[in-house]
Amino acid sequence: MVDAAVKLAVEGLTISFGELTVLRGVDLAVREHEIFGIIGPAGSGKTSFLRALNRMDEFDPDMRVEGRVLFNGRDVYEVRNVYALRRRIGVVFPLPVGLPLTIYENVALAPRLAGVKRKEALDDIVERCLTRAALWDEVKDRLTALGSLLSGGQQQRLTIARALSQEPELLLLDEFSIAVDPVTTMRIEDVLKQLRSEITIIMVTNLVQQARRLADRTAFFLNGDLIEVAETEELFTGQVADPRTRHYVEGRFG
Amino acid sequence: MFEATALNERNRRIQTLFTLLFGLMTVILVVPVLIILAVLIHEGAPAISMEFLFSAPTQGMTAGGIFPALVGTIWLVTVALVASVPVGVAAAIYLSEYAPDNWLTRLINLAIINLAGVPSIVHALFGVGAFVLFAGFGTSILSASLTLAVMTLPVVIVATRESLQAVPQAFREACWSMGATRWQTIRKVVLPNSVSGILTGVILEVSRTAGETAPIMFTGAAFFLTYLPQGVLDQTMAMSMHLFVISTSVPGVPEATRAGTALVLISMVLLMNATSIAFRVYLRGKKKW
Amino acid sequence: MPPEPATAAGARVTDLDHRGRDWYVDRAVSTIVFVGGISAIVLIVGIFVFITREGVGFVFGAFDFREFFGSTAWRPTADTPQYGALALIAGTASVTGLAMLVSVPFSLGAAIFISEFATGRVKESLKVLVEMLAAIPSVVWGFVGLTMMNPLIIDVFDVPVGLGVLNSGIILGLMAAPIMTTIAEDALKAVPDTYREAAEAMGATKWQVVFNVLLPAARNGLTAAVLLGVGRGFGETMAVLMASGHAVNIPTSPFDSVRALTATIAAELGETPVGSDHYRALFTLGILLFVVTFAINLTADLVVRGTNRR
Repeated sequence: MVDAAVKLAVEGLTISFGELTVLRGVDLAVREHEIFGIIGPAGSGKTSFLRALNRMDEFDPDMRVEGRVLFNGRDVYEVRNVYALRRRIGVVFPLPVGLPLTIYENVALAPRLAGVKRKEALDDIVERCLTRAALWDEVKDRLTALGSLLSGGQQQRLTIARALSQEPELLLLDEFSIAVDPVTTMRIEDVLKQLRSEITIIMVTNLVQQARRLADRTAFFLNGDLIEVAETEELFTGQVADPRTRHYVEGRFG
Repeated sequence: MFEATALNERNRRIQTLFTLLFGLMTVILVVPVLIILAVLIHEGAPAISMEFLFSAPTQGMTAGGIFPALVGTIWLVTVALVASVPVGVAAAIYLSEYAPDNWLTRLINLAIINLAGVPSIVHALFGVGAFVLFAGFGTSILSASLTLAVMTLPVVIVATRESLQAVPQAFREACWSMGATRWQTIRKVVLPNSVSGILTGVILEVSRTAGETAPIMFTGAAFFLTYLPQGVLDQTMAMSMHLFVISTSVPGVPEATRAGTALVLISMVLLMNATSIAFRVYLRGKKKW
Repeated sequence: MPPEPATAAGARVTDLDHRGRDWYVDRAVSTIVFVGGISAIVLIVGIFVFITREGVGFVFGAFDFREFFGSTAWRPTADTPQYGALALIAGTASVTGLAMLVSVPFSLGAAIFISEFATGRVKESLKVLVEMLAAIPSVVWGFVGLTMMNPLIIDVFDVPVGLGVLNSGIILGLMAAPIMTTIAEDALKAVPDTYREAAEAMGATKWQVVFNVLLPAARNGLTAAVLLGVGRGFGETMAVLMASGHAVNIPTSPFDSVRALTATIAAELGETPVGSDHYRALFTLGILLFVVTFAINLTADLVVRGTNRR
């Protein structure tokens, strides 16, 4: 295995909400330009894991994060400008979100916040990102329509376009397909495959087969513990270190 | 197959009785509005004319019009708005977007409820003590408007906060995870989608401010002035005060003039309320998400 | 001027530790809104401070507890001034009491009707009418008391004067009704539908549901509604000033003329010299009003909080 650079690493990551610990002492490393899948039943701590990566715990006073999160080798909790950090990380949530702005403004928002002002530059970014998110053809004639009134599948692709407009180094996806039709899911999966060579992707999914389709390596979380990380193919062909992983993958519990 | 039993029949009769009874109670409660309006229109409409609205009182206020009072009310309402809206909107933004769920926030909410419940005459005393005397503004539009602003602050805060909280949290999370600051999120997504709610609150505040008498009686409203106010440090007449004065302190004012003044005041207020309500209904139809 | 970035990444000239303008603006805004947020606390405290400031001279000077609360002789302008507030307190109590007696049943009845029985257009219209009722300025209510209720009472009850407890009580009742109706309505709406459905599934008629299920369940909110109505009545000034007459005495019949605490302040403040005993005594009445309405609001808030904790 080629020794690729580590984009994101966590050491001893423990997350708790008050008395309840949702993640216990997780250590893992995500390599640059890989799609890293995370699977596991509901309540395993997968979503909390993602939220800690870009310091979204700041907005939840109950959430406590211990341990280290290293992005490009730097501890994210020691970064002085958390907004700059978040701008480098794109996020796609389970429920599609179209902001109540025009479609154009949805995608132009992040560049504007980063200082891009010239209309030509923004036009260019909007078209490029919508195209890459497989949405351009459907909306190119109605860029002034409200993003929040699009269909669910379109809103999810709009979210991806927004994330792409940040030109992120890391893209986090949290069960992006649960509220979206199968056709859109397929289109987004194609988008992700194309993006792999440019950015690093961490994908939480409850669809085990989706991890198999997309992820290079996959991690299995169970009840707040990281059970194991392995090359996806090995995980799915039974060459696992822990029997629980095999049981989950085989669908014995969900 | 199922025949109405005697019990069912009795229940149904009691049901109808109660429905009628409580319906009647509701009607008795709301009918006074209509009666008052009807009487005021009947008694006061004869006095209403362009001259009535645009000329000053004459002959010891037994004749003439209400123009200086109208102008004064506009002054008072405007200055009160300028003072209360920025503070109110800021407070609402704090409560909706920043405030953690702790004792201080609960204290603030308690203070707002209490501020809304303070008797108007106590607001007047505060106005005298704080603005007229302590701050040295004397009896002036400034003192009166600030007193009114303090009194109606809760209205602006509550209306604004409700419209801010109506914006789904998902929008904020999406913006934050893109690296937007709280203020950028508020400025670009939350506030623009709350303006309508804020406006509703503002219109409501205006209608309440225009009708208040006690807070302005000792802080800036005058019985009778021969000049229109030129600046915020002047005293002024006002519609609410004027109605009070010609109803209680001036002999010989024709009934129609009194009723007409009351009619103009109540019309102003009800019209603004109706606008606020209509606006709300219109907004409900214009869904943006 | 550095050239404007053409992409978001190009704009990422800053590294992760540089706090740009946005960072500082956000901090500034959070401070500004915080100041706005605590303004309510500052003001409520300020109100108490200022009225106490002006009234404290009386409290520590000419104030005699027994006279204030025990004597009906309110003669501040006599040669030997007397500051017995008992009659004024009785005036406020009687008018508010009558107002509540008249208004609470109707307000609750209306709340029940609007919340549980009215639908569609009728419901909307009723709610609008209640809002209109709430919007009428107090001076207009006073005018109504003077010019409409006064002759009406004289006619119907055959009494010489129509200004007094009855007149202002009814007016006050109408003024307090909208707030009670609205809050009671909210309290009823807050009772989960599952309660209603369960009861109806057992065969209860709508009214049985209301009396046996909804009213007990909404008990806290309804109590709060009444409390807030009392607070409203207690603090009302202009309507009471214009419709209750001017006699300072304890009423023995609903047709008696009375003077309320609020009306006293409004009627006398304009004539008293700043800083005199009389002036300070009026501020002391204000302190009394503030404290009582504060207590009522606090109680109502606690009562409602009792609901939420369930």
